[in-house]
Amino acid sequence: MSAARRVLPGFGLSLGYTLFYLSVIVLIPLFAVFAKSATLTLAEFWATTTSPRVLASYRLTFGASLLAAAINTVFGFLLAWALVRYRFPGKRIVDALVDLPFALPTAVAGIALATIYSPKGWVGALLAPYDIKVAYTPLGVLVALTFIGLPFVVRTVQPVLEDLETEIEEAATSLGAQRLQVFRKVLLPLLLPALLTGFALAFARAVGEYGSVIFIAGNIPLVSEITPLMIITKLEQYDYAGATAIAAVMLVVSFALLFLINNLQAWSARRIGRVG
Amino acid sequence: MSIKVEGIQKRFGNFVALDDVSLEFPTGELVALLGPSGCGKTTLLRVIAGLESADGGRVLLEGEDASDTHVRERNVGFVFQHYALFRHMTVFDNVAFGLRVKPRKERPSEAVIAKKVKQLLELVQLDWLADRFPSQLSGGQRQRIALARALAVEPRVLLLDEPFGALDAKVRKELRRWLRRLHDEIHVTSIFVTHDQEEALEVADRVVLMNHGRVEQVGTPDEVYDAPKTPFVYGFLGAVNLFHGRVDGNHVSVANHAHPHLSADLPHGEEVVAFARPHELDIVVGDAHSHGIGATVTRILGFGSQARIELQSEHQPGVPDQVEVELPRTRVRELGLVEGSRVRVVPSQLAVFSRPAAGALATGTAS
Repeated sequence: MSAARRVLPGFGLSLGYTLFYLSVIVLIPLFAVFAKSATLTLAEFWATTTSPRVLASYRLTFGASLLAAAINTVFGFLLAWALVRYRFPGKRIVDALVDLPFALPTAVAGIALATIYSPKGWVGALLAPYDIKVAYTPLGVLVALTFIGLPFVVRTVQPVLEDLETEIEEAATSLGAQRLQVFRKVLLPLLLPALLTGFALAFARAVGEYGSVIFIAGNIPLVSEITPLMIITKLEQYDYAGATAIAAVMLVVSFALLFLINNLQAWSARRIGRVG
Repeated sequence: MSIKVEGIQKRFGNFVALDDVSLEFPTGELVALLGPSGCGKTTLLRVIAGLESADGGRVLLEGEDASDTHVRERNVGFVFQHYALFRHMTVFDNVAFGLRVKPRKERPSEAVIAKKVKQLLELVQLDWLADRFPSQLSGGQRQRIALARALAVEPRVLLLDEPFGALDAKVRKELRRWLRRLHDEIHVTSIFVTHDQEEALEVADRVVLMNHGRVEQVGTPDEVYDAPKTPFVYGFLGAVNLFHGRVDGNHVSVANHAHPHLSADLPHGEEVVAFARPHELDIVVGDAHSHGIGATVTRILGFGSQARIELQSEHQPGVPDQVEVELPRTRVRELGLVEGSRVRVVPSQLAVFSRPAAGALATGTAS
């Protein structure tokens, strides 16, 4: 290392600090999860993490989280677009409202959602005649996860959209491109990295969400139980090893998915010439 | 293809960007819109392109009223000051963009597109950069690619908004000569906006001078430089010395000395401002001379065959404190001028304008 002198000083210090911080805050607690789950035998581990109820909860948690993140990507983008491109009365209030799902205690959100989406609630009553049930079904889980994930996409796309010169669109239009072509060929590729980042954050948040979901989910075994609930259930039965086993599976799957999305994001960012 | 604008009006809030502008741009010419920032030149260009809609007036392309035609259908090539290249596309894809977005039945095949893009890249002498991304190019290269991209759709007119504004001085000079040669090759009616008078005079067939949303003068570079019609044009095109005086027959009296003037029929006794370019002033030495304006040489800057002499004038009404004179270097030597020499400055000719007309003059004295 002594031969290769770096232009930017402080590499050793900043890397050391980064690793130390990451270890204390993130890696050690996560390691504890794996260590605790390792007290189970392989057969016990397998039995705990692949029981039908737990498998059903994986499907719901990861499925609903991906779907919620996808919905938030589309509508969060529209919201960011409206906030950046148009002036309308109350724009600042709308802008502030976007962050509310961040600030609200998740249990409050959960109770509120459960109340209005229950068959007797404001929205639930409107949907009841069409035989659409939201509260106490997987659909309810999706609603809650969509609610809490919204700010992520808006807040990641908004600054990128603000930096995008309108000249680029003018150039495309003057070359004869239709509105849709401008969006598809010019805007979307430039916004894709930000959209993917927002998607990844919304997804990660949704996977770990507990408070807002359990009230609206109804927690019916095999139907509307989420994985975090399974972990809590195990804990309440003093089955710490079982709880950490499920947590370990969740962590691995989440990490794999996030790693994939981040790589996709890095690839799309390289394509628009932001890095290298 | 000819462009005509008639009575264009444009306001942004209370700011009048264009005030009843009517102009004609003949087919195949390269015209410069020249003026200080905020004079409305870029707005006019954007109105012609259809990127901005005028509050009043008409834009005629080839005699046809195009005022309500969308920029997409106007078929104008637009080049932006900051290039506006698509950074996620290669140079090739950038240039091909205009061809690829054509409606399916008009769209050429990929093979035809490839051939056309190659030709255009050769035209701008950058065919070896086809696979690069815009971020890998220099500013001058980016602007040439932007030009090739605009030319790909075979525009009826080419509009360039301060095309060299973001480039450094040397590249700027090269590129404007190159643009002139390119225009001589392709002969597309072109309008470019600039605030650099040297650039406008060097490149354009015709120069339109604008100030405060109005057209001050239109003419060939020679015409506008040699015979400025308004005090603004005089002050804007090149360095100038500004005197105040009064008309006295066919002379103008400045600080009790009569000097011949070029003008026009101004009434006797009219208060006027008089302009002289540095090369229109001469310097005489010795006590034998009593005409002209007494001054002291403060600095002599010599480069090339011409020397620029800065002088401090004796305080007199109507005479600026600082006077700038340009003389051949041989003449400077002949006169034996050094810093501190006491001399007299004699205008060989003065261009005069009546004082009220010069009221709006922004750039008065030698710059």
